[in-house]
Amino acid sequence: MSGAALEVRGLAKAFTLHVQGGVRLPVLTDVSLTVQPGECVVLADPSGAGKSTLLRSIYGNYLVREGQVLIRHRDRMVDMVGAPPRLVLEVRRHTLGYVSQFLRVIPRVPTEQVVAGTLRARGVEALAALRRARTVLERLGIPERLWTLSPVTFSGGEQQRVNVARVFVADYPIVLLDEPTASLDAASRLAVVELIREARRRGAAVLGIVHDAQVRAEVATHVRTLAGTEAA
Amino acid sequence: MSRYNFAYLDEQTKRMIRRAILKAVAVPGYQVPFGSREMPLSYGWGTGGVQVTASVIGPTDVLKVIDQGADDTTNAVSIRKFFARTTGVATTTRTEEATLIQTRHRIPETPLAPGQIVVFQVPIPEPLRWLEPREAETRKMHALEEYGVMYVRLYEDITRHGRVAQTYEYPVIVNGRYLMRPSPIPKFDNPKLDRSPALMLFGAGREKRIYAVPPWTSVKSLDFDDHPFEVEHWDRPCDLCGARGAFLDELIVDDKGGRLFICSDTDFCARRQAAGDEPAT
Amino acid sequence: MSADADDRPLLGVRGLVKRYGAQVGCLDVGFDLWPGEVLGIVGESGSGKTTVLDCLSGRVEADGGQVGYAKADGSVVDVLRLDEAARRRLLRTDWGVVHQHAREGLRMGVSAGANVGERLMALGARHYGRVRGRALDWLARVEIDAGRIDDLPETFSGGMQQRLQIARNLVTEPRLVLMDEPTGGLDVSVQARLLDLLRGLVEDLGLSAVIVTHDLAVARLLAHRLLVMRGGQVVESGLTDQVLDDPQHPYAQLLVSSVLQP
Repeated sequence: MSGAALEVRGLAKAFTLHVQGGVRLPVLTDVSLTVQPGECVVLADPSGAGKSTLLRSIYGNYLVREGQVLIRHRDRMVDMVGAPPRLVLEVRRHTLGYVSQFLRVIPRVPTEQVVAGTLRARGVEALAALRRARTVLERLGIPERLWTLSPVTFSGGEQQRVNVARVFVADYPIVLLDEPTASLDAASRLAVVELIREARRRGAAVLGIVHDAQVRAEVATHVRTLAGTEAA
Repeated sequence: MSRYNFAYLDEQTKRMIRRAILKAVAVPGYQVPFGSREMPLSYGWGTGGVQVTASVIGPTDVLKVIDQGADDTTNAVSIRKFFARTTGVATTTRTEEATLIQTRHRIPETPLAPGQIVVFQVPIPEPLRWLEPREAETRKMHALEEYGVMYVRLYEDITRHGRVAQTYEYPVIVNGRYLMRPSPIPKFDNPKLDRSPALMLFGAGREKRIYAVPPWTSVKSLDFDDHPFEVEHWDRPCDLCGARGAFLDELIVDDKGGRLFICSDTDFCARRQAAGDEPAT
Repeated sequence: MSADADDRPLLGVRGLVKRYGAQVGCLDVGFDLWPGEVLGIVGESGSGKTTVLDCLSGRVEADGGQVGYAKADGSVVDVLRLDEAARRRLLRTDWGVVHQHAREGLRMGVSAGANVGERLMALGARHYGRVRGRALDWLARVEIDAGRIDDLPETFSGGMQQRLQIARNLVTEPRLVLMDEPTGGLDVSVQARLLDLLRGLVEDLGLSAVIVTHDLAVARLLAHRLLVMRGGQVVESGLTDQVLDDPQHPYAQLLVSSVLQP
């Protein structure tokens, strides 16, 4: 066992749609990869190949029955496959951050509280959590007048930046990114890239889906496909 | 003597009631169900008290009967005559001469002595009835000592009136355990229950319950630390005998708003007048 | 939430059974609940979810099974086998029960302040000023205007009554709260406000809760884990977002796919 932060071994994921006559959709077959601390592995498959499915499967959002998802959590390796829900929640709270493609919004929670929530869940005192939330929101160019508003009225780009803020406000050892810069302008893209690089510098392991070639070039240490083929 | 058994009730009934009384004395403040009989007076007029008195009275007893503190009101007179007819025992109006005192709504001012028995007439025995109409539930609450709701009642009073508004039938805790409704005596009389040398018996005929406070038992009126229990005060003495610190009734004497304040305990007042006491107590 | 409180479940339910004659109320229901965790039980009418809650709260007598509860002193008791006195004590101190209809969980004829203060007084609080002070604290926490403390719950709106019920239960800081459709029957905007309150309280107080609801959105918002019930049995269980985003059981898939997205 190397010092890898994240190791996926022989993961397979299929969906059986009972509501549609029981049709079975195999999406992932025998996926294996490793991410070391400080690395940023970017998946380069075309759309529909199952990249998002892989991230969600690692995060525990999709149920995996075949394979292993080993995560270095608090100095021990935890297999997310078959882990009890409490353990998955603990891993998500402290070790594994996930920037999904879309922000799930609760209509009445102010943006700064959405972001601070990540830290509060870790036991950080409310005021300190709020301060750090505001710092990262500022970095991502979300103007102060929006901090006390719920993200429900924000543009796609603004919502995505809140999504990024929610994860990067904390120092996650492992970060999963699903198109973090997709709807962002150049300045925001730059801010996100900087956050990713900082995370890498402090030893975080990053696994991401990034279509934008330029961003990829700026953050990735390795580019590969689900099947394992290395790309440039 | 009439065709009635001594004290009207048959001996088996008296035994049944005495058993209930023994249970009640053994568990101070606990309401003991009993087979309440039909008496020659309506429910609500003291059938419970009469049954208790009838069960404990003996030929050598001296009986006093009061109603609102007075020996000469209609009900007191009727009940006293009833027992005189059915038992032939001596009766009295003097508290210190009585061995057995049946009362409605007051405890005599004259301090009680060991060996005396006071029988209270009780309309509603259950202190929690205001909140909980179900008998099965109130019994459970007593069994489990779930008395929080009684404090809710006091809380509401303080909230609405600034103080506990209950001035009679003021709830008490007996022997540190059972919540009890001391019959509609004014709260002024509650302290007389605490560690009294007399035996206090309570009879509710319509509701079919008997309860008791044995001599020298602690009886504490409910209160809050920051709203302690207080009794009524009058800023004037009795207009007839000059007593201070006795419970006074207000009497309207004319059409011009004239009023007198006189002792509700007629025996107490009469003797003070006879002795020509200066206002002292 | 301390580390050592974490290493054993707060509640351990095994083989819970309740029958209504030939009808199955619930059958072979089992789950653990850990400190600080919110478990959602979802399902449609007749699924048995309310039966499970009623068995836990003692509203109905279970026909079989065990409900192990870890008390604060570390000992574990089988709640189903407690005598009535102990059970009632538990429900007044360690546990809270929030009913769907606030009327069932409140004293409608007694002021809001008295409703909140009652549990304190039942536990021996004897200082009026302090009881009132705690009641005011809690009314503020559930966002009921302090000026309403002396009003009767009958004068409150449905949402306010529900918030009062929550305050009444939480004032003694119970370790476990059972909730039956806490937002049922309320207007949508009122529901939303109540959900936010519950979420906040769960987070701030580290509450453990079992919440029964037919509304998947409520479940997603409040619960860490879900049980999906149908016909009295648990058909699926797991992390909330996993059960809702990747349901495995055919019925769970049907349930999730049936929900209208606004």
